[in-house]
Amino acid sequence: MASKYSNMTVKAFRRENGRVGVRNHVVILPVDDISNAACEAVANNVKGTMAIPHAYGRLQFGEDLELHFRTMIGTGANPNVAAVVVIGIEPGWTKRIADGIRATGKPVAEFSIEQNGDFETIRAASWAAKEFVHMTSEYQREECSISELWVSTKCGESDTTTGLGSCPTVGNMYDKLLPEGITGFFGETSEITGAEHICQKRAINKEVGERWYKMWKAYQDDVIFAHQTDDLSDSQPTKGNIEGGLTTIEEKALGNLEKIGRTSQYIDILEPAEAPKSGNGLYFMDSSSAAAECVTLMAAGGAVIHTFPTGQGNVVGNPIVPVIKITANPRTVRTMSEHVDVDVSGILRREMTIDEAGDELIDMICRTANGRNTAAEALGHREFSMTKLYRSA
Amino acid sequence: MSEIPHLLVHEHDDNVGVVVVEGLTAGTDMLCCVTHDNSTFRLTSGADVPIGHKIALKDLKEGDTAMKYGEDIGKIIADIPKGGHVHTHNCKTKRW
Repeated sequence: MASKYSNMTVKAFRRENGRVGVRNHVVILPVDDISNAACEAVANNVKGTMAIPHAYGRLQFGEDLELHFRTMIGTGANPNVAAVVVIGIEPGWTKRIADGIRATGKPVAEFSIEQNGDFETIRAASWAAKEFVHMTSEYQREECSISELWVSTKCGESDTTTGLGSCPTVGNMYDKLLPEGITGFFGETSEITGAEHICQKRAINKEVGERWYKMWKAYQDDVIFAHQTDDLSDSQPTKGNIEGGLTTIEEKALGNLEKIGRTSQYIDILEPAEAPKSGNGLYFMDSSSAAAECVTLMAAGGAVIHTFPTGQGNVVGNPIVPVIKITANPRTVRTMSEHVDVDVSGILRREMTIDEAGDELIDMICRTANGRNTAAEALGHREFSMTKLYRSA
Repeated sequence: MSEIPHLLVHEHDDNVGVVVVEGLTAGTDMLCCVTHDNSTFRLTSGADVPIGHKIALKDLKEGDTAMKYGEDIGKIIADIPKGGHVHTHNCKTKRW
């Protein structure tokens, strides 16, 4: 059924594989930690490029290594990235990541450091990066349907105001835009604890709900109960959550789940950093509840805009995905306004309805898609945090 | 709503509400609003309670269940008078 959201369009970048991106980054991507310096040197040489340094990529194995490759390839493949220069210490894994990104059809160049050294690698990679900047800076935005956006969510530094205002604002957005055909991501496996009975019921059918519960239970058993040294009341809720008035994990989880609104149902479950394969709709990604890790995983899964409700004022950003901050906490608006993109504190004063707040967020999503820099982008927040499953070899 | 509420309550079944103004002091005649249907009632705060923290809507006894969003959010571990501050010192998760 047509709604007032059906004909909304944004000006965005259509990529070779048909996906729609809202940024046009040329990324210099290190395969491993010891290639960070070369990547940063290239990004310094060639303006309009961005290095994404990180801490991992050596001597990982098994599922942990697969997650590393998935995160690297997914980051390069994200439609917000126009072209990628991949640099690794040796050619094998470098090629694997470059080829993975190349499957999208976007321009990729790869370089490895062994038998070349940093100097020669930086020289050759800088020439490639410069060509990519010339080429991609001529790409034009074109009119795309709002339904083509992949929008993720994860909240941070939650307090009681997130459950009252900013999370229901995101939920209202999903209730309005998912029926129009957008793709959505939510996750934060550990933070559903306390509301897992409700989350299971929000699956599109019993089979998906059962798979979700199995995934959540495995996390409880294999991670929480296997590694806990106390009752976790100091970690969940966090110190910041407690300062903000959240007392228990149940209370936090119920507020968190407000992000999927009243009517939205998830259609499938994703591994960390996995791209959706079941068509348009809402997906639950098995993911860390730490802000930078979660946003990084969802970006690698293909999200192009992230909506981030915060209470006490989490300042996280991401190198390739604009992170829209939403808060309902008037103290945070007063003390940290440089971080706030959408102020919904009027909900607490009963001057603004959730419906109006949802429309304001949709408007900000469109403006961000059209090119408006978010607070996190303007402030240079580029947190890129890979999830690591266990110790390296 | 001409007057700005001091306290918001999610559902009618809840026995705690959230302070949504800064600097709330003990003895304030609070305007309380149930967000489910915007109905209002009044309650006197029993303590200075920071913004975002919870207040008991009725006398709560040790062993009671704290209710918010119409759901169980944990157990009361020390008696709390109506209007009192509800937080980690008197309420705890049932999970761990």
